[in-house]
Amino acid sequence: MRRSLLTPALVLGVAIVLAGLNLATPAAGALHVSSYVVSLAGKYLCFAILALALDLVWGYVGILSLGHAAFFALGGYAMGMYLMREIGARGVYANARLPDFMVFLGWHDLPWYWLGFDHFAVAAVMAVLVPAALAFAFGWFAFRARVGGVYLAIITQALTYALMLAFFRNDMGFGGNNGMTDFKDVLGLPLHADATRAALLVITALVLGAVYLAARALVGSRFGKVLVAVRDAEARTRFLGYRPEAYKLVVWVISAAIAGIGGALYVMQVGIINPSEFAPANSIEAVIWVAVGGRGTLWGAVLGAVLVNFAKTWFTAALPEYWLFGLGALFIGVTLLLPKGLAGLFARGPVRRTAPRGAIAEEGAR
Amino acid sequence: MTLLYLDGVSVSFDGFRALNALSLVLEPGEMRAVIGPNGAGKTTMMDVITGKTRPDTGRVVFGEDTDLTRLDEPAIAALGIGRKFQKPTVFESHSVADNLLLALAGDRRARRTLWARETADEDSRIEAILATVRLSPERNRLAAALSHGQKQWLEIGMLLAQDPRLLLVDEPVAGMTDAETEQTAALLRDINRTRSVVVVEHDMAFVRALGVKVTVLHEGAVLSEGSIDHVSEDPRVVEVYLGR
Repeated sequence: MRRSLLTPALVLGVAIVLAGLNLATPAAGALHVSSYVVSLAGKYLCFAILALALDLVWGYVGILSLGHAAFFALGGYAMGMYLMREIGARGVYANARLPDFMVFLGWHDLPWYWLGFDHFAVAAVMAVLVPAALAFAFGWFAFRARVGGVYLAIITQALTYALMLAFFRNDMGFGGNNGMTDFKDVLGLPLHADATRAALLVITALVLGAVYLAARALVGSRFGKVLVAVRDAEARTRFLGYRPEAYKLVVWVISAAIAGIGGALYVMQVGIINPSEFAPANSIEAVIWVAVGGRGTLWGAVLGAVLVNFAKTWFTAALPEYWLFGLGALFIGVTLLLPKGLAGLFARGPVRRTAPRGAIAEEGAR
Repeated sequence: MTLLYLDGVSVSFDGFRALNALSLVLEPGEMRAVIGPNGAGKTTMMDVITGKTRPDTGRVVFGEDTDLTRLDEPAIAALGIGRKFQKPTVFESHSVADNLLLALAGDRRARRTLWARETADEDSRIEAILATVRLSPERNRLAAALSHGQKQWLEIGMLLAQDPRLLLVDEPVAGMTDAETEQTAALLRDINRTRSVVVVEHDMAFVRALGVKVTVLHEGAVLSEGSIDHVSEDPRVVEVYLGR
């Protein structure tokens, strides 16, 4: 099997086994995988998609984004709007025209920006388009002004924070503080059914695999070589006649679109989307996943997202009050001991070729 | 016709006049050495020509009538002006061949590089440049693994790959061994057969080895100009630079 297919095949294989054990074994059986675990695995894979998106910009072109969860959350909201419309008259207020929270706020008409969201296809397109459009507008100004390094990181953090505050407002029309939840079904299939959850897990694995292969093709192209060149010596690329801002913008928009896809799949499996998804800490956690897995290696990003979230699940159940300390210690430990992340431990050809040296330490020094 | 004409160029940084009404003329096919003590404005002059720094006053005319002060770095690079930095700047995570591939003249737009495949023509151009800069055996090594002198040559090779009309070379022999310095002088003379070159250098032995017209900068303006023997006998030059 070609090396490039190893990661997607592994992810898909595990997803199929988990889904199969969930559906095909008796609930009391030793091999049974609970629906909770199936949803959890689906959630991890969505985070892995976000990690891939972040690694594309941070690992390959050196843009440290501390606001990438914003694109993820926007994708989630777009899909959440469709899921809200799917509830129809089954809501608490039994209003077929308006989602519950709008009835509660005393609204009479659906805001214009909700039009079309009763179609899955519209929501799916918007989950990609809205993050991409925001990224384009943001990147167009930021990269042209040659804002980079720590300054850009701070602005991205401000971006996600501003979005969080905006989405907290009831009159934005996205459910305010409570966000959107109580979803019933997707494309007519009940979201709470085991079969739907299992299918969503496998679909997420397939999407992750597709995104992984696309990202691999991107970074393997001459375009990708220019990205790494910009990361290592931006001024040099300019004097060679490249426009780094154009390259950054393209990969930044692609990355935001990928994050949006992750968010859309996430909301279906988690069953709720609210403004806390925009919390700055979420974006910072995503940076830690990538750092732990190995910045500048795509499979490292996937591995990091899954492992750190697995650890988080275990930790927050066993020692809830110590999780943040654990996460902080993990970040410091990786920075000091494994600057190339876990992927660095297995460094062979491709890793050594593309991984930046002293990834995180270098970023701090800039 | 001149290739490059700096006309009364002044640049100030926070009140410090890095360039003070600097004027300089470079003929097509010429190689010029620019020397001067630290702070004389050599690197600022390079920055102005390549679009990194915009002058407060003055014009920089390239070729017929292109005013470089209106253009940014990529646009100036596309016109055919290549620059080598003082500190060797290569893409360390790329192989030697990939460094040259990225430097090869061609369409730089993202929509092109997304689909670009390496052509046989590109491959043969890379081979030719590798031979010129004596790096053929290092083709597939990472640039990071090269010695300091080899990095300097790789960067010169990248300039050649750009196929520029004018090369600006900032201290090419800094940190090189004597043998490497000699080879670099030969390499630059070789390059000068087909292209114009401006070399900024501290190393007087190297400038002498180049055997070209010398411009001495001091406090942002031309102090003296002529052959190396002429300028080294100029009492003003002796006073500010050579005499110390």
